[in-house]
Formats: sequence, structure tokens, C-alpha cells
Amino acid sequence: MRRIFENKKIVGIYNDYFDYLKITFLVLLIIGLVLSFFFSPSDYLQGEVVRIMYVHVPSSWLALMIFSAMSVFSLISLIFRFRIFTIFTKSLAPIGFTFSLISIFTGSLWGQPTWGTFWTWDARLTSMMLLVLLYIFYILSWVVVKNIFTAEKISSLIAVFGLANIPLIKFSVIWWNTLHQPASIKFLEESTIHESMLAPLMFMFIAFAFFSLMVFLIRFKVESFKLKILREKS
Amino acid sequence: MSTNTNKRIVIFLISIITFLIISKFLFSALRENTIYFFSPTEVSDLIELPNKKIRIGGMVKKDSISEENKKYNFIITDFNKEISVTYSGILPNLFVEGQGAVVEGNLISRKTFVGTKILAKHDENYMPKEVADSLKKIGNFKRK
Repeated sequence: MRRIFENKKIVGIYNDYFDYLKITFLVLLIIGLVLSFFFSPSDYLQGEVVRIMYVHVPSSWLALMIFSAMSVFSLISLIFRFRIFTIFTKSLAPIGFTFSLISIFTGSLWGQPTWGTFWTWDARLTSMMLLVLLYIFYILSWVVVKNIFTAEKISSLIAVFGLANIPLIKFSVIWWNTLHQPASIKFLEESTIHESMLAPLMFMFIAFAFFSLMVFLIRFKVESFKLKILREKS
Repeated sequence: MSTNTNKRIVIFLISIITFLIISKFLFSALRENTIYFFSPTEVSDLIELPNKKIRIGGMVKKDSISEENKKYNFIITDFNKEISVTYSGILPNLFVEGQGAVVEGNLISRKTFVGTKILAKHDENYMPKEVADSLKKIGNFKRK
């Protein structure tokens, strides 16, 4: 089991496939942008503003998915002392953090022309703000705590308990009265977004996911190198 | 698996259960503070009317918006109870009949409300104008 997740193998993926990832990402992004700017209709109610969705929704999804992955990885690292998962988590954190910020900023740009306000403290927006804070706490715990073994424990605990916030974000629009509308794309029901608007959304999401994978591989290489130096020093 | 790993799993499970119990109590205690807006039915179920500013929300009833000297009157409904709202000020672009809205202001009675701020709420349906028009034509728009 431990053999599958060796440092060398992950860095090997970076060395062998990074160029292909780059090309796939660029192609997907260009298709996604062309679709969202030129080949998707404006909304019957919101008009052109609806195009913000093609950045806002993929970023929010990735911010949630990356944090969930970080929680699971931290748990594996805490319980089974499977240290490479700590490096996975540490490499993912800034990516998820960036997407959560993009989600909040594009969300408030979208909120002003549609709702009539940049920000309001409803359950969805508040829980999303909590996610941004959890990302900040996670990243800061590595900076503030000097001993790397203590830092590993504290940051992993933040990631594990932060997992409770994920269902809170996801279901906030159902459990509470919120200004934010409920989800348009559900696992079991038909989506309430017209196909012509769904296509750019999905292309943008897959492009963003590829981008995350690329940054993850770069960050993993850097983080494992940093740890190696620290270990040799101590 | 080593005994240490088993110990860590037990510690983890205990802390998860404690965490869930604490958050359950926390949420039931904070219930009242986490209400973003009241629906007309919830307003009619209130035991006493709140003195402070609150928000009410629901659908803007069809053909209920009327204007007189920049003073707007309209009805917020949840298809069960209704509240009539008076408001003077600027309306958001997406504030239209048949869509949702959240109004901040004061309750005068269970049926009347004076608004000081309006936020337009839109639903999870996104479609091009042509599709919306054709759905309206066949009467299949917003089955509720």
C-alpha cells in the first residue's frame, strides 16, 4: 500500500506528464472561455451577468472538493502516520484557498447586480466565509508553529474538524432560509440549467480541475524537497 | 495494525462523537440567531411581534406591485400566507413579479410590513430568453 504513494512516483508523474497536462488545460480553458463568452445565451432574467457563473461555480466546487480531500488526507496521516499525505494536504491548501477567494469575490460581483448587495450574512455566505478562514488557519499553522511535528498535528486537526463545515455549506441553502438560491446541479435530479449554459460551465470546471492538478504537482515537488532539507538539518 | 494505530482510531471516534454532540447543542441554542428571513407563514406563527428590524422573504405575488409617488406596494407570499409591504426607495433590477424577494424592515402587524431595504432573490433556473418564452407560452413555466 505504502509503495503506491512514494515521493519518487508523484515527482515522476510531474516529470513525465506535465507537458500533456499543460496542453490539455490550455485547450479546455480556451474552449470553456469561447463557449462562455460567445456561444452561450444570456439568461432570461439576469441577462449578461449570468456569465459570472462560469467562473464562480467551478471555483466554489473546487474550493469545497479540495478542502474535503485535505480533511481525508489529514485523517489518514494522523491515524496511520502515513506522512506523505501531510505533504499532499500542505500542497493542496493554497490552491483551495485561492479558489475560495475567487468564489467570494466573483460572488459579490454577481450579487450586486442581481440581489442588490455585495454581501449579506445569510447561511451560505457565512459558511463560505468560514471555509476561507479555515484555509487561512491551516496555512498559518504551518507558518506560526516552528516545530514541524507539532505543526503537522495542529494543521491536520484543523483540516479534519473543518470537514464539518463542508456539509454546512452544501446544505445551508436547504436547511436555512437564504438569499442564495439552491443548487441548480444535483446528483440525482435533472439540472435546472439549460444545456447551452451547462456546457461552458462543465468545460470551465474541468479546466480549473486540471489547473489544480498542475499546481498540486509543482507544489508537491517543492514541499517534499523542503521537508528533505529540514530533515537533513535536524 | 499496531496497537498505537488502534488507539488513535478510538481517540478519533470519541472526539468526533463529542464534537457532534457539542455542535448539536450549539445549533439548537443559536437557532433564533441563524434565521436570515421569515416566510409569511412563519410570521403568522410568531407568538409575539418582534420590535427590532427583521427580514421577510417569499415570492412577489403576480400583479401585486403598484406605485404611487415613488411609494411601492406589493404582496410577499409563500403560497400559504401573504404579507402586504410598503416600500419607498430604489428597487433592484431583478425585483419582478413571480420571483423571490427579501425585504428588511419592521412588522406593523402579522399582515403588514414597512420595508427599508429590498434584496431580489432569484431561483436556481437558468435558461435563454427564447426557452423561457416558449415555456411561458405552453403554460409550463414555474409549476408551483
